[in-house]
Amino acid sequence: MTSVSIQNLDLNFGSVNVLKQLNLSIEEGEFLVLLGASGCGKSTLLNCIAGLLDVSDGQIFINGKNVTWAEPSDRGIGMVFQSYALYPQMTVKGNLSFGLKNARLPKPEIEERVARAAEILQIEPLLDRKPGALSGGQRQRVAIGRALVRDVDVFLFDEPLSNLDAKLRAELRVEIKRLHQKLGNTMIYVTHDQVEAMTLADRIAIMRDGLVQQLAGPDEIYNRPANKYVADFIGSPAMNFFEGQAKKDGTINIGNLDVDLKGYEFADGPVNGPVWFGYRPEHVVLGEAARQLPLCVEAVADIVEPMGSDTLIWTKIEGVDFRIRTDGQAKVAAGDPLLVGMDPRYASIFDQQTEERV
Amino acid sequence: MANNSINIAATAVSGPSGPKPRPLLSPRNIMIYSTLFIVCMYYALPLYVMIVTSLKGMPEIRLGNIFAPPVEITFQPWVKAWAEACTGLDCSGLSKGFWNSVKILIPSAALSILIASINGYALANWKFKGSEVFFTILIFGAFVPYQVIIYPIVIILRELGLFGKLPGLVLVHVIFGMPILTLLFRNYFTSLPEELFKAARVDGAGFWGIYFRIMVPMSLPIFVVALILQVTGIWNDFLFGVIYTKPENYPMTVQLNNIVNSVQGVKEYNVNMAATMLTGIVPLIIYFASGKLFVRGIAAGAVKG
Amino acid sequence: MAGAKKPVRILRNLNAKVAALPMITTALVIFVGCTIWTIVHSFTNSRLLPKLEFVGFDQYERLWSTRRWLVSIENLAYFGIGSLVFSLVIGFLLAALLDQKIRFENTVRTIILYPFALSFIVTGLVWQWILNPEFGIQHIVRGFGFENFVFDPLYNPDIVIFGVLIAGLWQGTGFIMVIMLSGLRGIDGEIWKASRIDGIPKWKTYLFVVIPMMRPTFVTALVLISAGIIKVYDLVVAQTNGGPGIASEVPAKYVYDSMFRSQNLGQGFAASTMMLLSVLVVLIPWAYLEFGGRKDGK
Ligand SMILES: Nc1ncnc2c1ncn2[C@@H]1O[C@H](COP(=O)(O)OP(=O)(O)OP(=O)(O)O)[C@@H](O)[C@H]1O
Ligand SMILES: [Mg+2]
Repeated sequence: MTSVSIQNLDLNFGSVNVLKQLNLSIEEGEFLVLLGASGCGKSTLLNCIAGLLDVSDGQIFINGKNVTWAEPSDRGIGMVFQSYALYPQMTVKGNLSFGLKNARLPKPEIEERVARAAEILQIEPLLDRKPGALSGGQRQRVAIGRALVRDVDVFLFDEPLSNLDAKLRAELRVEIKRLHQKLGNTMIYVTHDQVEAMTLADRIAIMRDGLVQQLAGPDEIYNRPANKYVADFIGSPAMNFFEGQAKKDGTINIGNLDVDLKGYEFADGPVNGPVWFGYRPEHVVLGEAARQLPLCVEAVADIVEPMGSDTLIWTKIEGVDFRIRTDGQAKVAAGDPLLVGMDPRYASIFDQQTEERV
Repeated sequence: MANNSINIAATAVSGPSGPKPRPLLSPRNIMIYSTLFIVCMYYALPLYVMIVTSLKGMPEIRLGNIFAPPVEITFQPWVKAWAEACTGLDCSGLSKGFWNSVKILIPSAALSILIASINGYALANWKFKGSEVFFTILIFGAFVPYQVIIYPIVIILRELGLFGKLPGLVLVHVIFGMPILTLLFRNYFTSLPEELFKAARVDGAGFWGIYFRIMVPMSLPIFVVALILQVTGIWNDFLFGVIYTKPENYPMTVQLNNIVNSVQGVKEYNVNMAATMLTGIVPLIIYFASGKLFVRGIAAGAVKG
Repeated sequence: MAGAKKPVRILRNLNAKVAALPMITTALVIFVGCTIWTIVHSFTNSRLLPKLEFVGFDQYERLWSTRRWLVSIENLAYFGIGSLVFSLVIGFLLAALLDQKIRFENTVRTIILYPFALSFIVTGLVWQWILNPEFGIQHIVRGFGFENFVFDPLYNPDIVIFGVLIAGLWQGTGFIMVIMLSGLRGIDGEIWKASRIDGIPKWKTYLFVVIPMMRPTFVTALVLISAGIIKVYDLVVAQTNGGPGIASEVPAKYVYDSMFRSQNLGQGFAASTMMLLSVLVVLIPWAYLEFGGRKDGK
């Protein structure tokens, strides 16, 4: 069943059109991540779902109910913010129970819900402290707890981890994942951190300028990006691109190279015309094994960046900067000759005009 | 609505869609805007009454009510307030006080801003041992009631031969403007990027060179804020004027009070209100012309160092 | 060695020290020196001229048995409490009202704040006119047919200080509103979002979340209002000149009159020292909270 459904959503700030005819459908129990560059409208979309912003056009459904005009508190959502947004003058317990008390829930019920949330998030010892006396990670747990006690079906997260340091972020990320597995709620999670997106999401929606570029599982987004923007955005270091000329017979011409695209899954069969040939740095094969592949070129390592777990090599192929990621034990030095092999099966090819995958 | 209800789950485009209708005349809006209207009326009323009264003749004032607009507009009260109104036996009008105020205002504002900006600059960029202590004393000095200090200053001015003269009053304004202005400038100069200052020092610029060639040109807005603060403050002063000057040097506020509250003669309310308006016009013009800067100036007084 | 170094140390940063000389002089001579001078002389029997003939607490005893001073203190208390309560409440309510994303916000703010640009003398004279029973509000209401309506605060010794209070509030609330508004705007917008999601009504959010968060703003406003109250002088001089009788006298006026009219310097010094004392009563706890507290936090 669909849990959250957004139809033809438009949002304008004055004359600026931030969200454009956006459609999105989220299944019950799904973990959806909204990913995109800063300013692309992720928070805006989340605020629309929460009811914190009035939409300019379109509709929002939560659990089959049209909530386009409903108050945020009546939508069956809980929300967690980047700045935690805890009430600083109340204890943790006060923070968790303020909304419930206001809704005139019976006292034992409030106690029970607070106790349960505190147990799930392991913040029981903190209940009588004020937010000022908590660490960043603890504060964010309390903020999650405040969403938890509302006993809602949909959780919204707006970059909940970006105020935390790297180590805490990794810890809480796992915790949120565990929470999702345990509760099975629908979760919509905004971030601009790829790792968070890839590790947490059932599906990722990549946004750009108020439009969803691709909505798919992390696997699909990584392996079969729908357009050049997505391909470029996902992956670190970014995908390499060559300008090429595709031919109907399933080959492509890149500078002096003619490559047979055997194994590449075309969307609608081979195409004719100018294309971008994209290849991920981590899919490059080095050494003798490269000779087995349809695309094999010789190059010289310009710069080598050993990073422990893997090694980044910068080189030039056909006059274009080319990045290679290989394992950390590779003994390569700047100036070494390289044999670079690429397998069309892992390539991504985009029409130069539309930038769509072909 | 009723026959649609079956379709709600099935079809997408049903039920509320687009922006939530927010009628312009919702109870909330009516309440907010009517409250605001009443509040604005209340605050604007005295100004209105002042203007209206000053444009009426005395017979009309005696008959009508103070809120009614003038039936017959006359500028006579303004002329009289400016040129003929009496303080005691001297009937040369408020113009004398106006020019006195101008004579007090210009040197006081210029000097106090100059000195306070240099103080603030020294405090922000050239800290020396004890500078913060003196600054703290200065700031706490701003809270000492003037009444505690006024008499010793009389003695100091008398010793300097400045008591009762304009330069004496100028000095007093410089002194009492110093805490707030120094705070203002110190905070502003502290907020400027330090690299600027360091780069200039590396280039060999000294204390005064950096002040005049880098700090002053970069800080024009804060000088304007300080100017607004000082001009309104000095213009509106009454206490110092009454204590430290002689009648022939009285600033406008003091003269205004003497004219309006003088017990001799028949009360001419229209002339009084014209005189009041005349005194209020200078700060009002500054206020309406400066807009946000005025708010910034008074807010600067509220921020702590 | 050490002797040779010393002059260098004083010379270092010499320009800055010279530049700060006016500030140092003002701080030491005026704010410290003059204050001490006045306090010391409050224990003398100076009359026309200050002289160092100490008489212990005589001046203070006389002060506290002078009816005019007692009336002044009583008035200051009424005026002070009234100013504090109404300025804070009205200032906050107006700020909250302006914070509702209303149209014409700038216009409204401009109108509410303009009295603050005026001199107390102007304010006092205008309100003297509006409250004039023969022509002002009382006259108008009677004109509507309420023949027995009475509203003449400036002529009624029992309530005259509230007539002054009305004028004072008219002038000062705009300023407090501006401070409150900047405090409100400083509150993290996500707090408001969180409370909306929790379903807390707006007024409750103000009361239980926002106002507690605005403690520093309220403290600042409180200190500024208090400093203004103690200084109130021009307004009374212009509006009532202490009258009717001595019904609207205030301490600042008592000081001025003792020093410059009745040649009773000792009384003036004692009275002004009392004023200083009352400022310290507000200032010291505040400074302790603000600055002492900050050190503890570190
Ligand atoms: N209140 C507002 N008024 C006008 N424009 C706004 C407002 N809020 C956001 N915008 C604009 O809308 C666009 C989308 O903003 P949004 O906050 O949704 O971005 P975001 O994707 O969440 O970015 P980030 O990753 O930086 O949080 C931005 O270009 C922003 O400038
Ligand atoms: Mg955002």
